[in-house]
Amino acid sequence: MSVSHKVGTMKSKQAPNVNSHQKAAVAKGVKAIGKKKDEEEGLDTAEGEEWMQGKTLVKPPDQLDLTEAELNEEITRVLKASNPNAPQNVVRYSFKEGCYKPIVFVDQMAIHFELEGNLVHKESDEGRRLMAKQAEVDDGGGVERPDNVAIKAAKREQKLTNQFNFNERASQTLNNTPRDISCQTEPPPRANFSATANQWEIYDFYVEELQRREKSKEKHEGQFLNKEEDKSKKKMIQAETQNDDISQLAKAVKIIERMVNQNIFDDVAQDFMYFEDASDEFRGEKGTLLPLWTFQYDKAKSLSVTALCWNHKYNDLFAVGLGSHEFTQQGGGMLLFYTLKNPSYPEFIFNTASGVMCLDIHEHLSYLVAVGLYDGCVAVYNLKKKTDQPIYNSRASSGKHTSAVMQVKWQKDDLDSNHNFISVSADGRLVSWTLVKHELVFTEIIKLPVIDTIPDDLKDVIPTVGTSLDFHKQKDYSFLVGTEHGKIHKGSKYYSSKFLEKYDAHFMNVTRVKWNPFHPDVFISCGWDWMVKIWDQTMKSPVFTFELKTSVTDVAWAPYSSTVFAAVTTDGKVHVFDLNINKYEALCQQKVVSKKTKLFNIEFNPVHPIIIVGDDRGHVTSLKLSPNLRKKPKFNRLNQKF
Amino acid sequence: MAETVDGKKEDADYKRLQSFPLIRHTDMPEEMRVETMELCVTACEKFASNNESAAKMIKESMDKKFGSSWHVVIGEGFGFEVSHEVKNLLYMFFGGSLAVCVWKCS
Repeated sequence: MSVSHKVGTMKSKQAPNVNSHQKAAVAKGVKAIGKKKDEEEGLDTAEGEEWMQGKTLVKPPDQLDLTEAELNEEITRVLKASNPNAPQNVVRYSFKEGCYKPIVFVDQMAIHFELEGNLVHKESDEGRRLMAKQAEVDDGGGVERPDNVAIKAAKREQKLTNQFNFNERASQTLNNTPRDISCQTEPPPRANFSATANQWEIYDFYVEELQRREKSKEKHEGQFLNKEEDKSKKKMIQAETQNDDISQLAKAVKIIERMVNQNIFDDVAQDFMYFEDASDEFRGEKGTLLPLWTFQYDKAKSLSVTALCWNHKYNDLFAVGLGSHEFTQQGGGMLLFYTLKNPSYPEFIFNTASGVMCLDIHEHLSYLVAVGLYDGCVAVYNLKKKTDQPIYNSRASSGKHTSAVMQVKWQKDDLDSNHNFISVSADGRLVSWTLVKHELVFTEIIKLPVIDTIPDDLKDVIPTVGTSLDFHKQKDYSFLVGTEHGKIHKGSKYYSSKFLEKYDAHFMNVTRVKWNPFHPDVFISCGWDWMVKIWDQTMKSPVFTFELKTSVTDVAWAPYSSTVFAAVTTDGKVHVFDLNINKYEALCQQKVVSKKTKLFNIEFNPVHPIIIVGDDRGHVTSLKLSPNLRKKPKFNRLNQKF
Repeated sequence: MAETVDGKKEDADYKRLQSFPLIRHTDMPEEMRVETMELCVTACEKFASNNESAAKMIKESMDKKFGSSWHVVIGEGFGFEVSHEVKNLLYMFFGGSLAVCVWKCS
């Protein structure tokens, strides 16, 4: 707010001391003002004393002494509108002309007082906004929404509104409780050491060292020749380590193969382990066989199973011998090893030149397998070796059988700790083979007696075919041989000329003869004449006879009970008997293979309650025995019946 | 006279032949052993007359390199029995008559 002064002159005739009222006379009138002030001061301070003092003109001591003429001089004062404090000589640098130029028009405004107001015009933006806010606050927000929306500015303002009208909500997540964990590592291991450091000890040691060095120098010179060998060895080792990588992979792959198989056959595995047929309770004495895995090998399709044997050490491993029973259909043969852990592929595969007729796994050394072939050879395989060939083969041996080998059985190691086994073959001879170093040495044990019906001059030519052989469990020297004519001969290893006993067992081929694992006198035999007969070795006639409607191809005693046995027939049925429970009937007669498939072999697993049966298609089927078939006798009843 | 001369020669030979550093017993790993042996040799050569400073040098270097705390004994005639952390002991001969035993035990 500037008040423009009119430039005017004011003549003043007042006394010079009154001139001090002029604002512009600051510089000149300092003293005058000073005097006036004093006067005023005097007046002010002595307000109460005004009436006392009246007008006493006091001269300040430093006032100018002027003459009367000078005092009466008229001094012109000019009032200007210009700001005396504004600079009059402002100079600005002009870039256009490149020199400093004085600015003519200087701002003459002097601001004495400033106050910012808070009044807003109604029609302005801000005013309108405030009015809107007011309306909102008055009416409580939500209802006035449409009104607010109408006003365009309101949209943005809502956010602003929320800034002042907001809710605070806090929540605290669950903090895990702090736990103290402390750990103390084991201190590094310490050891004690003691020694003495003497001059002579030092000397001795140095001397020793020197000697050692001399020796090594001599050796070193001699070793120059060996260096080349070492290099070649190193190369071999490198190659082996490369192979090791793959072989390590093979192990992992094998495990995965088993896992995959387990997954595929998971239900079967579960059944094998845990399934117990509950319906056996309702079936009285009868039992059933639950089929588990089926083992088959593609390349063995044309072959039939001729032998089965469980491994004693590894209870899930069993051997299958494949060949052919038919005389006219002889081809190659195979020896396969399956494990229950991998039902889809055999663990070991061996190809043989002719059909396998029988096999036996050594009781203690479960990697030794003796195999008898159709062409009369016997071979021994070592599972630990990676080769496909048997470690022993009687091919070239002079004492080899001239006909098919029907049964082989391992014996106890002889006096020289050599392994040996005995074989019986269709040429009527029992031969013992001993594994000596790299060859099989044969020892003839006995020749099967010729039957009477053959005329004398042909007795040497036509042999008695031995079909089955079994050794007594306890009395190792005593054995039984079954023949094609249906006779069973009991012999002893100590008597090589004669048999001890002869039993007229069957009318036809005796396919299997087996001692009872528990009872010392009992054995069982089966044959093509549909019969299964149980004998006591002291008696000439059988104790039990069972007729099974078709040729019986194999029979086996159960390892857990002395009264349980199972037989297989050519009509594909498995018959399980328990003499403890039922002396006349089978507890289970079940067809386990498809029609027209003959079963040839049966074996009980020594540990698990399963049996495996081999058929003429080359398949091996495993079956689980139901509880009724697995009853263990409380005492040996078999003794009682005699 | 000839014998004494020979004897002296032998002595000189013996000194020459038998002053190489020889490890009497150690259970250190290969690298550590080599390093420690070289350090001992350096220290003993440097402070041939003062076993204490040699030992001090060895001990301080070992502490820095392999952690505390190491113990060093250098001498020509002493017997000892120490407990040491496994794989941290070196007992060697040097210079034909000096024995150095270095072990760690905190």
